[in-house]
Amino acid sequence: MDLFEYQGKQYFARYNIPVSAGGIATTIDEAVRVAADARYPVVVKAQVQVGGRGKAGGIKLANDADEVRLHAGNILGMNIKGHLVKRVWVEHASDISEEYYASFTLDRAAKQHLLMLSAQGGVEIEVVAAQDPTAIVRLHINPIDGLSTESARQAAIEAKISDKAIDGVADILVKLYECFTKGDCDLAEINPLILKPNGEVHALDAKVSLDGNAAFRHPEWEEYSATEELDAREKLAREKGLQYIGLDGTVGIIANGAGLAMSTLDVVNQVGGSAANFLDIGGGANAELMTAALEVINSDSKVRSILINIFGGITRGDEVAKGIVEAMHHVKLRAPLVIRLDGTNAEEGRQILASAGFPESQLSTRPTMLEAAHAAVELAK
Amino acid sequence: MAIFVNQHTKVIVQGLTGGQGRFHGLRNRDYGTQVVAGVTPGKEGQDVEGIPVFGNVADAVLATGATASFIAVPPKAAPAAILEAARAGIKFVVCITEGIPAQDEARIFATLLRDYPMTRLLGPNCPGIISPGKCNIGITAGEIAQLPSEQGPNVGIVSRSGTLTYQALYELKQQGIGVSTCVGIGGDPVPGTSFVDCLAQFQADPETHAIMMIGEIGGSAEEEAAAFITAHVTKPMSAYIAGVTAPAGKKMGHAGAIVSGGKGTAQGKMESLRAAGVKIGLNPTEAGALMADIVQTIR
Repeated sequence: MDLFEYQGKQYFARYNIPVSAGGIATTIDEAVRVAADARYPVVVKAQVQVGGRGKAGGIKLANDADEVRLHAGNILGMNIKGHLVKRVWVEHASDISEEYYASFTLDRAAKQHLLMLSAQGGVEIEVVAAQDPTAIVRLHINPIDGLSTESARQAAIEAKISDKAIDGVADILVKLYECFTKGDCDLAEINPLILKPNGEVHALDAKVSLDGNAAFRHPEWEEYSATEELDAREKLAREKGLQYIGLDGTVGIIANGAGLAMSTLDVVNQVGGSAANFLDIGGGANAELMTAALEVINSDSKVRSILINIFGGITRGDEVAKGIVEAMHHVKLRAPLVIRLDGTNAEEGRQILASAGFPESQLSTRPTMLEAAHAAVELAK
Repeated sequence: MAIFVNQHTKVIVQGLTGGQGRFHGLRNRDYGTQVVAGVTPGKEGQDVEGIPVFGNVADAVLATGATASFIAVPPKAAPAAILEAARAGIKFVVCITEGIPAQDEARIFATLLRDYPMTRLLGPNCPGIISPGKCNIGITAGEIAQLPSEQGPNVGIVSRSGTLTYQALYELKQQGIGVSTCVGIGGDPVPGTSFVDCLAQFQADPETHAIMMIGEIGGSAEEEAAAFITAHVTKPMSAYIAGVTAPAGKKMGHAGAIVSGGKGTAQGKMESLRAAGVKIGLNPTEAGALMADIVQTIR
C-alpha cells in the first residue's frame, strides 16, 4: 500500500524523523487555517501518488493567506497525469542549502536490506543512477544485525555528504531504518533529504510503501485504507475478500491461483484480446466465492465476455462446476461465460455444466486454456 | 533418486490439529508419505487418525527421528514455527503459509543462514514438494503427477506458482512423461529455496534428465537462474514466465510478483533464459509441448 506524502511524513514523525510543520487540507479555507499554524512562508503541495507534481504546477510557494487561497484553489481539483488532487499538504517553507537522497528497500537478490544514499538529491534517483552511478552509495544490511550509527556515518562520508551534515544524516538514516523495519515498509524513501542553512537535516518529502501482509500488527494503518485510491470495482472486490486488480480490457477473468490468473491475462492478450481485470479466486472456488467474483466482474461496464479458468488440484472440478451453476442463479450476467475446467474431476465438472441447461450463448466450455481464450476474445469483439 | 525428499523421508506436520494441517497432512500420508508426527503446543498426547501429536518439535524429533517438517500455521505463528523446526535439527522445512510479512521473511532467511546452515526452508507461500510415488509434502494433488520411469527420461519441475505447477504436472502426465521431483519455491519476496538451489540439485540428480521451470514477474530470481544455467546446467530445459501483460507497480496476487522501476518484467526474464539456451513457451501448454519435444530427442 502506497502512502501519500503527508501520510508518509506522519509515519516518519512516529519514528522521530524531522519533517516540516504542516497540515492537510481538502478545502481552500482549511488550507488557509493550516497555513497560519505552519507559519508563513508556506508551500502548498498537491497530494497525488505520481511523480512530476512540481512540473505540473502542483507545488507552489505562498507568502500570505491570499496566495494560499489562490494556489490551493488552483491545485485542489487539478488533474495530474490522471490523478485527481483531493488534498493539499501545506507546510512551512524550508531554506535549502543542499539536497540529498536516502532510501531503504529489500534487495531480493541479496536477500538483505539495501540503503541507497546520494549527495545528489531532489532529482529522480533513476536519473542519477543513469547519469552518474558512482554518485549513489549502496550499503547492504543484514536484517539480523541492523544498521549502526557508525555504519550510517561511514555511508554518509562515502556518499560525499558535506561534513557539517554527516551527523544529522547518520541520525536520520538510523531512524529511517527503524521506520523501514519496525514500520514494515516495502520502501522508505526521502527525496530530497535537505541540509538547512542552520545546519539541521530534515526530510522534505516522504515516499512510503507499506507491506500489506504486516497489517495485522499495525492497527494504525487502518486510517490509510480510507484514503487508498481504488476504483469502484476494486472497492467491491476488497469487500468480498477477493484478489482483484482492475485493468482496461473487455474480457473479464476469473482463475484459481495467482500464477494461473496472470497466465490467463497473457493468453488472452496473445490471441488478440485484452483483459478487464486480474482476479485470483484462490483454492476454494466454491459457490459463494464464485458469486462474489461474478458480481465484481459484472459491475464492470466494459466487460463483453467472461473467461473462467480453473485448474482442479485439490479443488475438484465437479465442486467448481456446482459453484458456477449456483452462482449463475444468484447473478444475472450481462456477458457470456466461457469456462475452461481441467485437472481433478474435470470431466464430471463439464458434465454438470452441460446438463445445467444454460444456452450456449450464455455459458460454454472449452477443453484447453488457449481454446477458451480464443472463444472469450471472439465473444468480446 | 529424487531431490530433497524421497520414500525414506520422515515428516512431521506443525499445525496438524488445525484445518489446513489436518486436511493436507492426512492427504500426504494417504499418498504414501511417512507422516510420523504432528506438533501443536498444548495438544501433546492426542492423535490425528493415528498420527501422534507432540507439544513441540524437539519432542517429536526425539520420538520419531523425523528430518522434515510441513508447516501449516497462520502467518503470525509461522516465523517462530520455522525457527523451532531448525533448532530441533529438522533439515528440510516446507512452509505453505501465505501472508508472512517480508521483514519477517528476511530475518528468518538471515537467521537460518547464520545459525542453522544445515536447515533448508522451502517457501513460504509455496505448494510444497512432490517426488512422485515416494513423498508428497504440501498441497499438491498427488494423482496429477506422473510417476518417474526407471529407464527415463524423467523431468524435474521447479516453479514459483502453485496452480501453474499443477498445470505443468498435468501437461507432462498427458504426454506420459515421468517426473522425478516437482518443487514449488513459492511466490514471496524472500523464498528460502531459490531456482538456483533446485537447478543445482536437478543437475546432480541421475534420475532427472530434463528440467522444466516456471517463473513469474518480479525480482531477479529467473535472471540469476539463467546465469547459473549458462555456467552449470547441461540438462535440456523448457520454461514459461507468467505476467507478460501485468501492469507495472501492482502486486499480482503473489507478494513477490510485481514489476517495479522497469525491473522484473516477464520479457527481460524470457530473454535471459533464452540466451542461456532454455526453450521458452509463451503459455504453459507450449512449455509442456516443448518439453515433450525435448524428451523425444532424449528417448
